[in-house]
Amino acid sequence: MTQDNRLSGGQIDRTKTLNFKFDNRSYSAHPGDTLASALLANGVRLMGRSFKYHRPRGVLTAGSEEPNALVELRTGNRQEPNTRVTTVEMFEGLEAHSQNRWPSLKFDALAINDRFSTFLTAGFYYKTFMWPAAFWEKLYEPMIRRAAGLGSLSMQEDPDEYDKGFRHCDLLIIGAGPAGLMAALTAGRAGSEVILADEDFALGGRLNSETFSLNDGDATEWVKQSVAELSAMPNVRLMPRTTVIGAFDHGIYGAVERTGDHLASLPSGKPRQILWRIYAKRALLCAGATERPIAFENNDRPGIMLASALRTYANRFATTAAQRVAIFTNNDDGHRTAADLHAKGIRIAAVVDVRDDAPTSHDYEVLRGAQVRDTKGRLGLTFVEVELADGSSRTLDCGALGVSGGWNPNVHLTCHQRGRPAWNDDLAAFVPGADLPPGLSVAGAANGVMSTHGALQSGAEGAAQALGLKGPLPDLPKAEDTPISQTPFWYVQGCSRAWLDQQNDVTVKDVKLSHQEGFRSVEHLKRYTTLGMATDQGKTSNMGGLAIMAELAGKSIPETGTTIFRPPYTPVPIATFAGRMKGKEFHPTRLTPSHYWAKERGAVFVEVGNWLRAQWFPLPSETHWRESVDREVRQTRASVGVCDCTTLGKIDVQGADAADFLNRVYCNGFAKLAVGKTRYGLMLREDGIAMDDGTAARLAEDHFVVTTTTANAVKVYQHMEFVRQCLFPDMDVQLISTTEAWAQYAVAGPNSRKLLQKIVDPEFDISNEGFPFMACGNITVCGGLRARLFRISFSGELAFEIAVPSRYGDALMRRLMQEGEEFDVVPYGTEALGVMRIEKGHAAGNELNGTTTALNLGMGRMVSKNKDSIGSILSEREGLNEPGALMMVGIKPVNAGDKVTAGGHLMDATGPVDAAHDQGYVTSAAFSPSLDSHIGLGFLKNGGTRQGEKMRLVSPVTDLTVEVEIVSAHFVDPEGERLRA
Amino acid sequence: MHDLVAITALGGTEPKIDRVGSVTCTETPGVALASVAARQGREDKTRNAVSQLIGAETPAVGKFTGGPIIAFWTGPDQWMIEAPFETHEDLAHLVKENTGDTASVSEQTDAWVRFDLDGEGVLAVLELLSSLDCRKMAAGAASRTSIHHLGCFVLCRASGSFSVYGPRSSAGSLHHAIVAAMKSAL
Repeated sequence: MTQDNRLSGGQIDRTKTLNFKFDNRSYSAHPGDTLASALLANGVRLMGRSFKYHRPRGVLTAGSEEPNALVELRTGNRQEPNTRVTTVEMFEGLEAHSQNRWPSLKFDALAINDRFSTFLTAGFYYKTFMWPAAFWEKLYEPMIRRAAGLGSLSMQEDPDEYDKGFRHCDLLIIGAGPAGLMAALTAGRAGSEVILADEDFALGGRLNSETFSLNDGDATEWVKQSVAELSAMPNVRLMPRTTVIGAFDHGIYGAVERTGDHLASLPSGKPRQILWRIYAKRALLCAGATERPIAFENNDRPGIMLASALRTYANRFATTAAQRVAIFTNNDDGHRTAADLHAKGIRIAAVVDVRDDAPTSHDYEVLRGAQVRDTKGRLGLTFVEVELADGSSRTLDCGALGVSGGWNPNVHLTCHQRGRPAWNDDLAAFVPGADLPPGLSVAGAANGVMSTHGALQSGAEGAAQALGLKGPLPDLPKAEDTPISQTPFWYVQGCSRAWLDQQNDVTVKDVKLSHQEGFRSVEHLKRYTTLGMATDQGKTSNMGGLAIMAELAGKSIPETGTTIFRPPYTPVPIATFAGRMKGKEFHPTRLTPSHYWAKERGAVFVEVGNWLRAQWFPLPSETHWRESVDREVRQTRASVGVCDCTTLGKIDVQGADAADFLNRVYCNGFAKLAVGKTRYGLMLREDGIAMDDGTAARLAEDHFVVTTTTANAVKVYQHMEFVRQCLFPDMDVQLISTTEAWAQYAVAGPNSRKLLQKIVDPEFDISNEGFPFMACGNITVCGGLRARLFRISFSGELAFEIAVPSRYGDALMRRLMQEGEEFDVVPYGTEALGVMRIEKGHAAGNELNGTTTALNLGMGRMVSKNKDSIGSILSEREGLNEPGALMMVGIKPVNAGDKVTAGGHLMDATGPVDAAHDQGYVTSAAFSPSLDSHIGLGFLKNGGTRQGEKMRLVSPVTDLTVEVEIVSAHFVDPEGERLRA
Repeated sequence: MHDLVAITALGGTEPKIDRVGSVTCTETPGVALASVAARQGREDKTRNAVSQLIGAETPAVGKFTGGPIIAFWTGPDQWMIEAPFETHEDLAHLVKENTGDTASVSEQTDAWVRFDLDGEGVLAVLELLSSLDCRKMAAGAASRTSIHHLGCFVLCRASGSFSVYGPRSSAGSLHHAIVAAMKSAL
């Protein structure tokens, strides 16, 4: 298709032609075009269907405020719905499809909705789908959801990358129109660190859309010179294609830079978009203003758009929506569009001005005191019906109508911290209020300064003021300084279907209905009618709705108020917020020192927090995980096994008061622990509930190493720091995490000592006498490597934990495997670890579940009465110490082969199964290869006295009932003979 | 002399080096670290001891001083001491000998992985990784920061030359983040 509506001039590169497709039809364009300008140049006015009534729609605007012309951009897994054609920069091979229509844009079956518009008014859903109530979930909601929405998702993973980044500056300038450019020149020349961001790919703002001059030359020339000067300044960073989406606390601004959206394909490793967090000492909002439409009958036909947009398309993009154009305005700015289009050779059907004293023209007809009553044209505008000042009618033949109802300053970012805008009578618009985000000031049209000269001056002044610059301001280019002349005019009276919010299909009548039905607050109006919702957030519609509500309520517009503007200023893909944190990079991964070795052994890994731990080590002959785990348990208990337990938190506690400090954080005593000894410790929360358990090894009088559970390592460290800094700041104690520094392996089983004796240097005696149960010490291994040895056991076997600097962890594991061959050593994973600790009756995270006390865990006597420790007082609360309290017990099925299920509840052998008769619950369960039976741990009321009792283990949700017997929690070696061997 | 062979934090026997454009990321395992925290009332003595060890005044907030043994600030009266691994593998022992019971000293050598980032454009890489204003960091600057949700330290060795310390167990994730940022920015 040829570009029939292409005009002369503009800022497009005619030396190159770009090919693109819209709804599978091929068109051509030029670099510098947007998809909107390219479609208009090719004579395409119809670009979409409306949300609710599926009415034909075209572009209303030429910027990011566009409510109508939304498309699905690109194809396959890169398809992006609801993309505004006005912001899509043209590239070779661009492909877009219209959305929210079936089977085609020109013939849309759901346009039938428009015929039933009488029934589909505001609040329709709320009134209609009330009965029968049961239908809502099964029928109405799914039906509405199917019909609702605009574009569709590809349902495929987005293959592109998105980045996040951080930038700092003295002054962030938001918007690169005349005010922003002048502010940047002022600040940049003064040597300040400046960031100038603009959502457009071309800096210059409205200057790119106008024909007036600066310094007696073309305004765009001044823009080019200014941008060139700024580009050459090392202290100024220009960020085109960057939308500042929010003003956040402490001078932090969110900004989305579209680094790859304008490219046909992204170079490898390059992001599509970057979400910047900009730390600005000061910020200057130069976001300009948005023209507002006037509501009249059938004002939504393709070809009807904002007058300023028509001007932008003509002057910047060298295109027109039609060869014959009319203008409907309440202010002088609308006449500027007529003059510019006329100068480009476009026929002006007439300028319809509501003002009786509107300026006239020699070049075209001006209809003073007239209003547009209605329009015609099924898929695009053909005629406009005008009511003249004398009451007579006139029909204008035109393919486009430019509408200008005045300008609204873009105050959005000034309101992101709940600041309220202030009403300005001269502009009949809201301007920034007094309560701005700290450090933010406003210049140019965004501050209600509507002339070019005013914008340049306020930009320069704004920058100087923000930065505290002394001395004269730079010379300003000579520019127009035309005062505003307008008569507020929001809608044409007597219309039945005059569109206010074209994105949500909200009419003037809907606002009236909202008022009539009592939804009169602006917040209610928004929710009841959906005015101002969705991707454009009412940038072109809110003011109209407010004005009508004010009129109906007999209040002024400022009395009626506005809804709150919230970030983001324009839509942001979720992927941009996610950045690189997706898929397997969703969170950082922690690898144990033996990870690479374990991977070689074919270990199956499990995520434990950020850690990847070996869960079990399958042999080629094993087909089921239970085979591997059972083997690992049996072999460890029969000879020796090795498990990487580096993940347990290790906290170095040093200082003259280290022992006293531990005495406070653990409920059991530590002051008297001898050097060279380790003790099990239980930490309580302030409220007396168990928080975490572990061991503390005393390496010197003033030096302990505390271990925590893997899951609570960070939490316990934070807790201890809080205790140190806030509760006992007078104690001399220093903490630091050493979790990562040491590779630590549990070596467990009757042959563990024999294995270790092969690697521990001979000067260290690790016999039972020389290194008894709970001993600890610094040793050397393999000929002199510094190491730490602890004789502690989680499995219940004779066991040690040996630690070496992490870089040697891999080598140590390989050495243990090599030296252990004669003992048939086995590596074991977290599953076998879990099975063995259940067999031994050791509590773990399942039992320390945030509801249990030391008493429940069978450790009531550990809470020392001879000292004060965190949680000890509140652990004595009456409610936690009632007779019949839950106590940890062992659970075994009565019938061999039955399974014990964690999460199941314990009920008496007979009687009802309900919450009132609940006796307790199972926390951990496993198959015990040592007992050849399923076993479990759990909490049972008065559990200490109920051993031998037969009960029912039930799970009503899964229809489970198993007969179980309550036994000791210590299934293996209850006397602890093995671990002391 | 023991006979266990060390691996680097990224799991290799040799440090990994990545080059994108003009920037090089070098895994640097040849470094020993020890933390020092002054005990109560012994702050001056600790400062003196550290000062002697590094041959310079102890660094203030956001700085490192000394050489070849350096110290960087990690908290009030707390520093991390850094020295060449080859000559100071048992650095914690040396630091403890110097500070005696005036300070708590803890071996931190293998708690961290170090990546050195050098070359023109390194600032563009760092601004995708850290919220620090690295453009304002001159030689001798050291600061704590979060990179890829990991607690890290960034040291500016010279103009265009930075070291990033991150937790050793997450070396792979940190390396991935750095290299991805290099590909993105350069």
